[in-house]
Amino acid sequence: MENSEKTEVVLLACGSFNPITNMHLRLFELAKDYMNGTGKYEVIKGIISPVGDAYKKKGLISAHHRVIMAELATKNSKWLEVDTWESLQQDWIETATVLRHHQEKLEASSCDQQQDSLVLERPGRKRKWAEQRQDFSQKKSLEQTKTKGVPKVKLLCGADLLESFGVPNLWKGEDIAKIVGDYGLICITRAGNDAQKFIYESDVLWKHQNNIHLVNEWITNDISSTKIRRALRRGQSIRYLVPDLVQEYIEKHSLYNSESEERNVGVILAPLQRKTAEADT
Amino acid sequence: MKSRIPVVLLACGSFNPITNMHLRLFEVARDHLHQTGRYQVIGGIISPVNDNYGKKDLVAARHRVAMARLALQTSDWIQVDPWESEQVQWTETVKVLRHHHSELLRSLPWKEGLDQGKVDSPAPAAVPELKLLCGADVLKTFQTPNLWKDTHIQEIVEKFGLVCVDRAGHDPKGYILGSPILRRYQDNIHLAREPVQNEISATYIRRALGQGQSVKYLLPDAVIAYIKEHDLYASPGEE
Repeated sequence: MENSEKTEVVLLACGSFNPITNMHLRLFELAKDYMNGTGKYEVIKGIISPVGDAYKKKGLISAHHRVIMAELATKNSKWLEVDTWESLQQDWIETATVLRHHQEKLEASSCDQQQDSLVLERPGRKRKWAEQRQDFSQKKSLEQTKTKGVPKVKLLCGADLLESFGVPNLWKGEDIAKIVGDYGLICITRAGNDAQKFIYESDVLWKHQNNIHLVNEWITNDISSTKIRRALRRGQSIRYLVPDLVQEYIEKHSLYNSESEERNVGVILAPLQRKTAEADT
Repeated sequence: MKSRIPVVLLACGSFNPITNMHLRLFEVARDHLHQTGRYQVIGGIISPVNDNYGKKDLVAARHRVAMARLALQTSDWIQVDPWESEQVQWTETVKVLRHHHSELLRSLPWKEGLDQGKVDSPAPAAVPELKLLCGADVLKTFQTPNLWKDTHIQEIVEKFGLVCVDRAGHDPKGYILGSPILRRYQDNIHLAREPVQNEISATYIRRALGQGQSVKYLLPDAVIAYIKEHDLYASPGEE
């Protein structure tokens, strides 16, 4: 087993993806190169998890479309996929919960895989005593690998998400601790110094700094979804900023206009609403 | 209603390799010219430079042309033209402009509705104009001593025209005001703003490829596949 020392990693990106852009996709590529480059990790999968409509962000169009666009964008990718679990929930789901969902899913399927490999070994051969003893120790080491070898989910994000930890009432303190403590963060940023400063100034982030990977993005690739939507409202081209299939889908369904941008205006963002509700109880 | 002047955009450069940023130049320039209400962009040409230009790390023209062709497979208005790359020696930009302009004139009259864009365009009565499309960094190179002949700069801005797309760290208005020739013909220099800061330089791409890093989503997939297939840019070049 060549890669037994490496930790397998699954990158999870949560967000509006309203719409998905080439920049979102680049985050995955940069993160994968970086993590694999450390020699300690092997990135085996990337998951895009579009947020549910209940998030109530201004201009957020239906999850149905956002999921399809993400699927079109990752059609030709061997390792990126879209997961709809979060988007299908009635209520808005905290990111820490989404991370836990995916980690548990990985643990469950890893368990099944190990069972299968045990069963498939040595089909119907007459065993000698020595081999039987070997069998036991092998089973034991497999069990050890079972707990050690489960891929780890890590949250992939840009610097904006990292710094949003500082926005009052947006995140629960315990969730931030869970995200960086139990899972880990891979943050793609242009302004590495600012991000490092932010980590330094936060006790909880500082404590888990080894679990926060800052990856430098040398190319300024400022393809924000907000700018995409603005360009579309103004009849400007978004070609080469989003995958062709996404651009065609947007055009075909006339997805973004001044009307769509007014959705959820005056509505409080779900996490802020929840925090207020909790404070009241 | 005054009919719009038909325009073809010509971009010269190494395209070593072509990137999404190069392709964006065309889209941004087209949007900008349409916005003025005076022009109708009817075509775009990518003209990769000749191998004899002598730039470092320049891969063979046949590859650069092939990659541009792959990148433009999905474009309905931009094409690659290998004429410049097929010449015996390096050709000054003004001569490339002259060549393509005479080709344009030769292929008149235009078919009706050539550009199936949103603007209703009747068959153009006006002669199409050929404009040089470039980034603000190229505009700056007009200042480099001995790189461009003054007479050529003049011909480019006077007879053809320039569409110059913003680039971070550059001040195109400043370059124009700082040059007497450019100042005189500033009406024929269109400055287009790229709202999305997109610094995908081919230099970075080559470096990333040399280091085995991913360049996916920075250039079209078909171009990446071609680069892998032909083992281009595999070893880190010297900057």
